[in-house]
Amino acid sequence: MSLALPRPATRRLSLRIPRPGLALAGIVLGLAAAAVLWPSAFAGDPLAADPLRVLEGPSAAHWFGTDQLGRDVLDRVVHGARHSLSIGVAATLIAVGAGLLLGLLAGLTHRFADEALSRTFDALSAFPLVLLALLFIAIAGTGTTSLIVAIGIATTPHYARVVRAQTLVVRRAPYVTHAVAFGASRTRLVLRHVLPNVLGPIPVLAMIGLGEAILIAAGLSFLGLGPQPPSPEWGAMLSEGRGYLHIAWWASVLPGCAVTATVISLTVIGRHLQNRFEGRIQ
Amino acid sequence: MITAIARRVASGAIVLWAAATAAYLALLAAPGDIVDAIIGDGADTPQIRSQIIAEWNLDRPAIVQYLDYLLRAAQGDLGRSYLLQRPVRDVIGEQILPTLKLAVAAAVFGVVLALILAVTTRHRWVRRVSSTAELIIVSTPPFLIGIVLLSVFSFRFGLFPVSGDRGWAGLVLPAITLGLPIAGVLAQVLRDGLDRALDEPFAVTARARGLRERAVLVRHALRHALMPAVTLLGWLSGVLIGGVVIIEQVFGRPGLGQVTLQAVGNGDMPVVLAVVVFAAAAFVLINTAADLAYLLIDPRLRRS
Repeated sequence: MSLALPRPATRRLSLRIPRPGLALAGIVLGLAAAAVLWPSAFAGDPLAADPLRVLEGPSAAHWFGTDQLGRDVLDRVVHGARHSLSIGVAATLIAVGAGLLLGLLAGLTHRFADEALSRTFDALSAFPLVLLALLFIAIAGTGTTSLIVAIGIATTPHYARVVRAQTLVVRRAPYVTHAVAFGASRTRLVLRHVLPNVLGPIPVLAMIGLGEAILIAAGLSFLGLGPQPPSPEWGAMLSEGRGYLHIAWWASVLPGCAVTATVISLTVIGRHLQNRFEGRIQ
Repeated sequence: MITAIARRVASGAIVLWAAATAAYLALLAAPGDIVDAIIGDGADTPQIRSQIIAEWNLDRPAIVQYLDYLLRAAQGDLGRSYLLQRPVRDVIGEQILPTLKLAVAAAVFGVVLALILAVTTRHRWVRRVSSTAELIIVSTPPFLIGIVLLSVFSFRFGLFPVSGDRGWAGLVLPAITLGLPIAGVLAQVLRDGLDRALDEPFAVTARARGLRERAVLVRHALRHALMPAVTLLGWLSGVLIGGVVIIEQVFGRPGLGQVTLQAVGNGDMPVVLAVVVFAAAAFVLINTAADLAYLLIDPRLRRS
């Protein structure tokens, strides 16, 4: 059986993205960033309950309607951006950091360590992310921190594999041989010559990976394994709203749309950058 | 060919061993001692403690504990849940059927839809609409798809049951929810494969023989396009295994996902570990099937 499975091929396909789509994605990401940085500028208190206005549909006063406690859903979505996106960003940072370290280690060491590490990456990156994260949460307990670490660990192999492949190319490059000939120390070789040249594809990968991390985070907190109510996290809001779906679709569907819009925008812009990046190299 | 099969079986066994070992290490890494981890939120009495020590050989050297654990796992004995007071194998055996039904239905739906999409949306603008729809589906959290389907078809029109596992009608929406993202990814891969195959000389030959475009597509190009898609079967199994946990929660279906979730919530480690090992076994099985599918699709591989 083949363990060296390709990543889900979506991100390698050359889907041509029309310009308006790209602009729209940029606007969505801009709004998301604004909501993360300064939520109170755009929205009121996400915890302010109004018992007289419970589960009201979208209206001029409440664009996204209200939830089961009479809280404004739009206010909660805007404030939730900080929770949801910071979990995704933190998890991706962990994954990129650990992936860089392990990938460099695998690419620079000799056969046995490399073989062992690569096999582990292969097996882990093929295994369902949700299950890996669940295993970690079962050990470490539920909560935001453990959710972040769980997603970080589960997505590490993805980056580690890319870094390893890149390292194998770079370590044979003439400039590395030159540096060795000039008597550069091992640390200097790795930090000055190998690392910067390995970093190339990482930012774009991380951008697309961030979308994936946000999706998993929303999924796990939908399962009740992330931030707990009343925290306005998008996945948790969906899960709360699921109980009132028969009378108030907006309380769960609209936060879900926030997740989707963010992830699509990240994917669209990430793929666009990837295409341009690859085009420039060839 | 026999050596090739033997090699595949061996590497499958290695993955299984790695999964079992990882599960064991996870147990050791859990906070508190191993007995605490196994008990979870269950009743904690001296009697149960001694039972766990006996079952896991905790009074023997570490290496004996580990080897004995592997031996038991190899025999299909996945331990005992002290929270549920039952062997884990019974718990899994009882809940596997609804999950299997869901996974198979979703896989069939996803693959068939992907084939239809890839073959029928060849024209320029249809293709663009379809690709955009696929991008949106792939980026949408599966539970949102489920919730939208629920609110439209179950609550608005009352076509399907709202929750539970009641016959085939209850299977439709969960299977569509789980199958749509699969169709989204597979359709893109198939379409790319078809594009590449249609540029090959054999496509020109087939056209020169006077075959209609549809026939060139279905009879000649599709087989080539299937190859990269089969490689994705491993990924597909991952989506199915990870997906059922969430989908079962959305639709309130019984199954392995619900069992896992409860076990994670209650710290019932034996069940969590068993599910991980079990999922790894399912994963190995699907991947071996994928390798055999290669032989079916590409006759050139059979000869070598």
